[in-house]
Amino acid sequence: MNWSIMQQALPVFVHAFGLTIWLSLIGIIGSIIVGIIASLTQYFKVPVLSQVMTAYVELARNTPLLIQLFFLYYAFPVIGIKMSAEVCGIIGLIFLGGAYMAEGFTGGFNGISTSQINSGKALGMSRFQLARYVVFPQGFALSMPALTANIIFLIKETSIFSVIAIPELTNTALDLTGMYYRSNEYLLMLVIAYAIILIPVILLLTWLERRVRYGAFGN
Amino acid sequence: MTEEILKVEHLNKFYDERQVLHNINFSLKKGEVLTLLGPSGSGKSTLLRTLNGLEDYKNGSIYFHEKKIDPSPKEWQILRQKIGMVFQSYDLFPNLTVIENVLLAPVKVQKRDENEVKEEAIKLLKQVGLEQYLNAYPRELSGGQKQRVAIVRALAMKPEIMLLDEITASLDPEMVRGIEEIVELLSKRDHMTMIIVTHQMNFASRIADEVLFLEDGHILEDTPGKEFFNHPQTQRAKDFLDSMDY
Amino acid sequence: MVHSGINVLFEGSNFARLMAGLWTSIWIAAISLIIGLAIGIIFGILRTLSNKFIRFILRVYLEFFRIVPTIVLLYLVYYILPRTFHVNWPATWMAVLAFSLWVAAEFSDIVRGAIESVPKSQRESGLALGLSKIQLFRYVLLPQVIKLELPATINLATRVIKTTSLLLVISIMEVINVAQQIIEANNQQYPTGVFWVYGLIFILYFVLDYPLSAWAKKLTNERK
Repeated sequence: MNWSIMQQALPVFVHAFGLTIWLSLIGIIGSIIVGIIASLTQYFKVPVLSQVMTAYVELARNTPLLIQLFFLYYAFPVIGIKMSAEVCGIIGLIFLGGAYMAEGFTGGFNGISTSQINSGKALGMSRFQLARYVVFPQGFALSMPALTANIIFLIKETSIFSVIAIPELTNTALDLTGMYYRSNEYLLMLVIAYAIILIPVILLLTWLERRVRYGAFGN
Repeated sequence: MTEEILKVEHLNKFYDERQVLHNINFSLKKGEVLTLLGPSGSGKSTLLRTLNGLEDYKNGSIYFHEKKIDPSPKEWQILRQKIGMVFQSYDLFPNLTVIENVLLAPVKVQKRDENEVKEEAIKLLKQVGLEQYLNAYPRELSGGQKQRVAIVRALAMKPEIMLLDEITASLDPEMVRGIEEIVELLSKRDHMTMIIVTHQMNFASRIADEVLFLEDGHILEDTPGKEFFNHPQTQRAKDFLDSMDY
Repeated sequence: MVHSGINVLFEGSNFARLMAGLWTSIWIAAISLIIGLAIGIIFGILRTLSNKFIRFILRVYLEFFRIVPTIVLLYLVYYILPRTFHVNWPATWMAVLAFSLWVAAEFSDIVRGAIESVPKSQRESGLALGLSKIQLFRYVLLPQVIKLELPATINLATRVIKTTSLLLVISIMEVINVAQQIIEANNQQYPTGVFWVYGLIFILYFVLDYPLSAWAKKLTNERK
């Protein structure tokens, strides 16, 4: 290990660190929004739209992000759609993440016991009221573990942006490795950088998950 | 002549190929307490759930105030505001406090004035001895307390009929009595029309104006309460009462 | 014209080359899964035992894989093994190594979760029947655990298949790497070929993964 090499690389890493966080954040927020829209259209069985969403969710969930990115970045310009690598990355991540989030929310909605649904029905609730007052509050609480897993997953997936040369953490470490033919130092910094991002995120989300679960179900 | 509030005619219900209710006929007058008795799996709970639109039925008719119910989700949703139901598993909403559980349907479904409903709800909760638990969550309550809240939650809708589906079956024996007293008071004092499924024969014999005895989805007897417990007409009902050892 | 580009797929041996590339991805996924699941079972069982030290070590092992993205794992083995440990394996072996260790970590957590979610009363009633610890595991716990963990295991398999798309970064001649070569070689003649080649690979991955994830979903829904 050569410490001075690591020290020299630090500013570049800090910059990449910020970019990874920034891209993750946009990707996560976008994915949650898309996921909510997709799961709601599926829940309410909105004609046509719900079938479209189901097809989207299955397509996005069952294909790798890398090929989604290659398609956006290399194949789309052929049909006249040119986007920067960053835009492709974010669109790809939201395309993938939205599907994962939709699955998570849908799983939560479906996880509510029939007896809860029946007791809501017995109180004369309409389909919408049932959704608003029984299914969604409990369903979102039930989908918290999936949400946590998806957030962690999406942060890690930003590493794949390196293949379309977005200068996030993985790409930066790789560039440095190629330039200076030293790998151990940069790879160590890379792993540490991910640990610095992910350990607090994991701890925070685990705590939040417990809080939400207790708030909704008391255990 | 008292008004006929509910009438069931030639009702049949199937689970896939299997018929679980056979040609059910009965009627219910205002203020009457009808008790459904019979062995496990005889179709009592299924019948009760059908009367709340939680189960569909193949043919036959249900009349509410002499008007035939169109078994559509929309119609049931409106009817359920007049036909309250309490379940064995209480099923309070775990994410809401006691008072929120009680207020939810009257305020959001019936769009009644929140303050007015709240006043009534507190009165009802007081009657069942829960006034100090208004802001407690269901998880903080015992089974008996939860079931009291569930009863109040249904009553707060001001229903014309209450359907009680084995509401003491999950409770510890010492809690059962208190719930039964509340139900008896509802009948004696408020003349609430009720249909009750229960396995507590003592309770049934005290409260039933009329008994429907079911077996394998058939009504074997439709007899006034006193008479059923003293002189059951069928051998099956006799055997059933003997086996219950009340 | 965009659709003339589709011909690039049938030019020469292009299609066969793509399929050969896909086969490389599939067998790397399959071998990694077999090895990873085997190690994962052992780690998972060890994590339910009372030895605090073993549990701690395995927990750290799991957390490492929870934190490090798979693409970074590939780089770690690809650079560190030869340069620091002078192990000069073919890249495919290194990929199998990285994937197996990753699968083992994920699967150990699935196995642990499944074992712990078998109700305690099941264990006690087994012991009350006079079963030994091994018999208890073999006849009571294992059948229930397999049933509980099956959907998660299938989902893990779908993820491993998708993750093979990363193998091009360590120069393995898998389907996307082959695709890049084909696209480059035919760029003059078929400028829109890129659309069709990546489109085909997109569909290929979907065809591989969708049946598995649909099966896992079916199992999950049946359980309710």
